[in-house]
Amino acid sequence: ALQGVRKISAYDTDERPTPFKAVTTYNNFYEFGTGKDDPAKNAHTLITDPWSVKVDGHVDKPGTYSLDDLISPHTMEERLYRMRCVEAWSMVIPWVGVPLKDIITRLGPTSKAKYIRFETLEDHKQMPGQRRRVINWPYVEGLRLDEAMHPLTLMAVGLYGQSLPNQNGAPLRLVVPWKYGFKGIKSIVRISFTDRMPRNSWNELAPNEYGFYANVNPEIDHPRWSQANERRIGEFRRRKTLMFNGYGEEVAHLYAGMNLKKFY
Amino acid sequence: MRLSLFYQKAIVHLLALLPALWLFWQGWLLYDYQDHALTANPIQYINQYTGDWAIRLILLGLALTPLRQVFGWNRLIQFRRMIGLYAFFYVMLHLVNFMVLDHFFDWATIIKDVIKRPAITFGMIAATLLIPLAVTSTKGWVRRLGKKWIKLHQLIYVIGALAVVHNIMMVKADLREPLIHLGILIILLGYRLARRAGFTYSMT
Repeated sequence: ALQGVRKISAYDTDERPTPFKAVTTYNNFYEFGTGKDDPAKNAHTLITDPWSVKVDGHVDKPGTYSLDDLISPHTMEERLYRMRCVEAWSMVIPWVGVPLKDIITRLGPTSKAKYIRFETLEDHKQMPGQRRRVINWPYVEGLRLDEAMHPLTLMAVGLYGQSLPNQNGAPLRLVVPWKYGFKGIKSIVRISFTDRMPRNSWNELAPNEYGFYANVNPEIDHPRWSQANERRIGEFRRRKTLMFNGYGEEVAHLYAGMNLKKFY
Repeated sequence: MRLSLFYQKAIVHLLALLPALWLFWQGWLLYDYQDHALTANPIQYINQYTGDWAIRLILLGLALTPLRQVFGWNRLIQFRRMIGLYAFFYVMLHLVNFMVLDHFFDWATIIKDVIKRPAITFGMIAATLLIPLAVTSTKGWVRRLGKKWIKLHQLIYVIGALAVVHNIMMVKADLREPLIHLGILIILLGYRLARRAGFTYSMT
């Protein structure tokens, strides 16, 4: 179990957490196969210790950090967040992690840094799903720097009080609860501060279906299905999807004046 | 020694029913709070599972005539109606899952999906076209319709193509299986075009 975790956060939802078993057996992590149960079956080949993260770009303290160097200077928190997948299902997950803003502040982005870019490990031996080019490996995601600095944005290292299971993106993954789940890039090995909007893997694969922002938005349908409602895992009937996944009060100001139909 | 037609048909019935029986068994385990294979999102799993079996049986039905002609297995014709009706059965399970379990009779959403989303439009057309074929599959209808029956049942070529296109369009990124389906469809329809153009091939 993870030690020194601050338990109660102002951002916790009061909804019932999705059972641990569902959270750890129903995953999209194509590095270990495209079936929902593939990651839980195949991710045991991933070696998460030792783990290092390369930090580069427009930043004062670039370098290669061990997982411990990156996380331990900060207080870990438990956050009970909703997670809405772009495939119209959702979960409630008790993540453990460090607010990304704490890490960013310590690394010290320069004034040129406008975006942050994350990269997943690429290793065809540890990640057998990468032997087929379903995605242009490595998986890449990005945020605008102000999104990354938002207090809701979490660098997760655990869930349910213990270290992340491999299939959930061990040892280090992003959690951005007002965005579709695919923004939550897993098994991160590189963090770059850039002046230009980075590409992101799903956008590259199908630009008309997946945008850079990927904010949860019930009004803007995926071309092949409605995003107006979702199935909470464990429930039978669908429920209405909330704007910004219910975090509108906290994050709507980030997108003031933007046409969300265009920047989806 | 050859099994009598009765036993042969019994075996084909059992094989065609196995995927459905397995699904109902897993559904029972889920209902009984036991470990099951339907994942944490069973409705989505059933959707894909019934769709996959529907396509496999449609393709199998389309393969019977080429197999019969190329290998001289004339008795295959005796299983064609059965395979066709099982394809219809899996299509209906797929459709019922979509309308009842997935959308729980939310007709507004269902109708919007069918109209707005080509992938679903194609799937729905394929399923609808299969209904008259299932209805006219009896001996009585074959007799009544005569030559028109053959024309009508050639709709299965269109249905097969629509089903495979629907399959390709529904997949997010991993196209391997739907492309295998497409390859098989191209071979089976190409065979018929070639034969119509006068090419014949027989192993016997």
